[in-house]
Amino acid sequence: MAAERALLEARGLSKYFHGVTALDGVDFDLHAGEIHGLLGENGAGKSTLIKVLTGAYRRDDGRVSLDGAPIDPRDVMDAQSLGIGTVYQEVNLLPNLTVAENLFLGREPKRFGLVDSRAINKRSREILEGYGLSIDVSALLSTYSVAVRQIVAIARAVDISGKVLILDEPTASLDAAEVDRLFAILSDLKARGLGIIFITHFFDQVYRICDRVTVLRNGRLVGSRPLESLKRIELVSMMLGRELESAESGDHGRASEVRGEVVAAFKKVGKKGRIAPFDIEVRRGEVLGIAGLLGSGRTESAELMFGIHEPDTGAIEIDGAKTSLGSPRDAIRKGFGFCPEDRKQDGIIDDLSVRENIALALQARRGWAKPLSRREQDALADRYIEALDIRTSDREKPIKFLSGGNQQKVILARWLATDPRFLILDEPTRGIDVGAHAEIIRLIEELCAEGMALAVISSELEELVAYATRVRILADRQHVAELEGEDVSANGIMRAIAAAEGDNTGEARS
Amino acid sequence: MRILKTLVGAAALAGLMTTTALAADMTVGFSQIGSESGWRAAETTLTKQQAEERGIDLKFADAQQKQENQIKAIRSFIAQGVDAILLAPVVATGWDQVLEEAKEAEIPVVLLDRTIDAPDDLYLTAVTSDLVHEGNVAGQWLADKVGDEQCNVVELQGTTGSSPAIDRKKGFEQAIADHDNIKIVRSQTGDFTRTKGKEVMESFLKAENGGKDICALYAHNDDMAVGAIQAIKEAGLKPGEDILVVSIDAVPDIFQAMANGEANATVELTPNMAGPAFDALEKYKADGTEPPKWIQTESKLYTQADDPMKVYEEKKNLGY
Amino acid sequence: MNASLRSGLLRLAPQIAALAVILALCAAIAPGFFDISFANGRLYGSLIDILNRGAPTALLAIGMTLVIATKGIDLSVGAVMAICGATAAALITSGYGLPATLALTLATGIVCGLWNGALVAFLGIQPIIATLILMVAGRGIAQLITEGVILTFNDQGLIFVGSGILFGVPMPVVLWILIALAVGLAVRFSALGMLIEAVGVNRRAAYLSGVGTAGLLLAVYALSGFCAAIAGTIAAADIRGADANNAGLWLELDAILAVVIGGNSLLGGRFSIVGSLVGAMIIQSINTGILLSGYPPEFNLVIKAVIIVAILVLQSPTSRAFLAFAWRKRSSASQEAAGQQPAPGRQAS
Repeated sequence: MAAERALLEARGLSKYFHGVTALDGVDFDLHAGEIHGLLGENGAGKSTLIKVLTGAYRRDDGRVSLDGAPIDPRDVMDAQSLGIGTVYQEVNLLPNLTVAENLFLGREPKRFGLVDSRAINKRSREILEGYGLSIDVSALLSTYSVAVRQIVAIARAVDISGKVLILDEPTASLDAAEVDRLFAILSDLKARGLGIIFITHFFDQVYRICDRVTVLRNGRLVGSRPLESLKRIELVSMMLGRELESAESGDHGRASEVRGEVVAAFKKVGKKGRIAPFDIEVRRGEVLGIAGLLGSGRTESAELMFGIHEPDTGAIEIDGAKTSLGSPRDAIRKGFGFCPEDRKQDGIIDDLSVRENIALALQARRGWAKPLSRREQDALADRYIEALDIRTSDREKPIKFLSGGNQQKVILARWLATDPRFLILDEPTRGIDVGAHAEIIRLIEELCAEGMALAVISSELEELVAYATRVRILADRQHVAELEGEDVSANGIMRAIAAAEGDNTGEARS
Repeated sequence: MRILKTLVGAAALAGLMTTTALAADMTVGFSQIGSESGWRAAETTLTKQQAEERGIDLKFADAQQKQENQIKAIRSFIAQGVDAILLAPVVATGWDQVLEEAKEAEIPVVLLDRTIDAPDDLYLTAVTSDLVHEGNVAGQWLADKVGDEQCNVVELQGTTGSSPAIDRKKGFEQAIADHDNIKIVRSQTGDFTRTKGKEVMESFLKAENGGKDICALYAHNDDMAVGAIQAIKEAGLKPGEDILVVSIDAVPDIFQAMANGEANATVELTPNMAGPAFDALEKYKADGTEPPKWIQTESKLYTQADDPMKVYEEKKNLGY
Repeated sequence: MNASLRSGLLRLAPQIAALAVILALCAAIAPGFFDISFANGRLYGSLIDILNRGAPTALLAIGMTLVIATKGIDLSVGAVMAICGATAAALITSGYGLPATLALTLATGIVCGLWNGALVAFLGIQPIIATLILMVAGRGIAQLITEGVILTFNDQGLIFVGSGILFGVPMPVVLWILIALAVGLAVRFSALGMLIEAVGVNRRAAYLSGVGTAGLLLAVYALSGFCAAIAGTIAAADIRGADANNAGLWLELDAILAVVIGGNSLLGGRFSIVGSLVGAMIIQSINTGILLSGYPPEFNLVIKAVIIVAILVLQSPTSRAFLAFAWRKRSSASQEAAGQQPAPGRQAS
């Protein structure tokens, strides 16, 4: 395969947004008659790569060639006419037009200047029959299921472009039978010589349908490997960015002989469609690590623990007393805190100052009638700006002007100001610079040493190993294992994840 | 039961007024626009009163501002075989078909209050007021009142661009055209509302030397005049004396103001459109007398001399 | 405190300048515009008229400012004015005492506001749609109350509350200034201001930080209804009658405009009640100026539109940045240090 010339070839692609590197010198090859998986965690650069290839973004550096000829698509339409078609997760068709109109939108055959709907209906029927789909093409697209719409979208993309087909998480909302049908179609297209790029985070599907896989991480290429010779655990390690080590690292220092008292216990807590019932105990002076791949149910677990969603099964005990958490407000009153994964959407109040962002949770808990005086707020802000080394010109600067790492520290300060007993951190070090990274890890260790209970969700295995007392392994929206003591190691975690992902192959996912 | 009542009523009326003997048997359908304003409500009340006085059996249909409801009502009147139809049309166009049907059924149709764009053989007559004439009557009253004295008038116009605002302004200007001593010094819209009438009058007073330079106020409707009277009082002047107040419509509240000496005159836009309509219908039914195609209602002038409190009491219960 | 006062004034500089220019224009076309005299036990003059006539818009703008700060909007305030005016007139004419009438009228306004707030906070309906419901239905409700007529009343107590004179100052002026002070102090001396801004900037993040977002939303819409109730009472007392068709008609748009002219972003977040009040006075100055000018009424709306477009263009982030640039260039030519420019408006990104 390596001998033949690539259908689509990209070399050294780079893309920057306001000084942030989204794509850093990435190489990518796609052969005709190949289904090529594109994998990576959130923010790895998958969608940026796709958008650069399809002309939605202009690349800042590098070159792309199709069939050996250099191309530089100005926009999506341009890429389409060159032969690169894309189908997105949310199907980019118009539900209030008919199936046939959708297939021919923007390129309708005309007769006497009018759309020849008989012709497009006839052609549409022929095209869709090629996909084993015989439906009424004159009915509105909205009358059909997502799976049918997906096929229509593929048919349209192939009909227009015909060389490269890019599928962005096409199976996310399909059931098992529909996935089978889609894969049959993909195999057929592959046989017809199309090159297909398939983005997903379902391992089993990658192994079922793909010939090769390319893994991105933090905007960089990790590697491109044929799947036949790639073990599941190797793929996990590529995605999580850590080479398998033969020797166990023995620096895991938190022996668990002294166990603090239980702060909160979640017993058979679960919510249908989000996370299967799980048991968790959190103790003082202990960091509970939570590991798993994207979509494994990590954030969903945290949301139940912090009252963002109410569990529909199970019981919560705090200090041994049964209680319920109906909202974050309830949880905060019990002394909980939560740093969300999506800092921009769920964390920072971007127009407000550093001072106000720090004071917010404490003020909310005190209630509006008991304001923190300006002097108290200033003192609070100054204290945490110094303690956490938050780099800001002054405390009145709107938080949106701070770097990601400093924003994260402000959010941490917001919770520390409430003097919490139990702090949940969801990906606390994602997307922040190296210096801040180390400081946050040190902070987690200090807080733990001071007797706080912490739960930390992270894809950074080294990190988890460094500070976690126990590590919970999640896969497929279930808590599948817990590692403790000597087992807490990067290899151990990866093995556990790979094993769990392997076990679940073939199950329908929602 | 109702037949008996109608008969008794008819017999009684027949005894009293021989001219309406024939009308006693008359059944009239009335398709009203709705009840969007006090004046419209008064028109409905008066039409019902007039019918009762004359022993006419009135079938009333409220169209709630929709032409389709009016057309439906007319068709049902035709099906019921009424003797005549009164129509207060909500819009000017689109009536030809249904009026054609009425004509075939030989049922005369009388338009109330508004006219329509249709061949005039499709209806018997239209009873409406004359907006220009109303303004004229108001202007005439002022000219008579001030005689040869110099008089600066401020004018509160209706909603800019509406036909009552245009026509009432025109009529008033015609009436004072020959009187060089009367001059409109300020003219501004008060949107036919009390609030705006008051606010605009305040600015007139400011602009004209605290109101000392204003001799009279002409308002295109009574509501604006009522608001303006408030403003004049608050400026420390006596409305009706320091500043003459003349307006149009003759709604009940202006009579109260007249009784208090705060307003001087109003020109009635009568809600009694049905009276002249019934008169014409009765004559037509009795001996086939064709009325003129346009019956102009009287634009009656009321002044403080007309016992305003008595008129107020009469008008109060008409639903204004 | 002093510094924040100064920075507040600096932020409002364009609005205050615009107001000054408009007042100067008014004085140019209407001699004696700035004269204030004391006659019949009250202050009398065009400036007093502006303060007095601008009262309904100013009151609505107070409530609207907070609603907009939460990234909402309240289209129903004009209709709520009509409902509350009708309620006051209906109660007073059917023999209720003044205290009962006022209490029930204000309660009506608050209930209307709570209805809007509940649609927004609990059902998650977009504010523009949620409040559109009452905007459309409200006048119908008001007409049911007045039975379709202008419901006049002659109760001296109610007339005094809405349009009387207190120590020479018209009651509407007293009312809006008092309520502005009360609300302004309440939001700045409690934590409400900060919490409202947090909800407006990022409702989800505020919720996750434990802010009672639903309660806050209910409260600001209720306050907006309360302000509309007072404005409605003033409008009714002004003409001694409740005009369900016309009371407060389109005033919600004036109130929104006042908030925007006041430099507040429709995207929520940072707000300034003083800014909105200056905005309301700008709008009323334009209205009064047009009336005093004696131009034919056909020009009213055109003149108003031109002036408002000019103000909005001047305070747009782009032209502010340009002005700041030009100013810096000139002052750096003479010396350096342009000093702290007023921060350009928030970028909408």
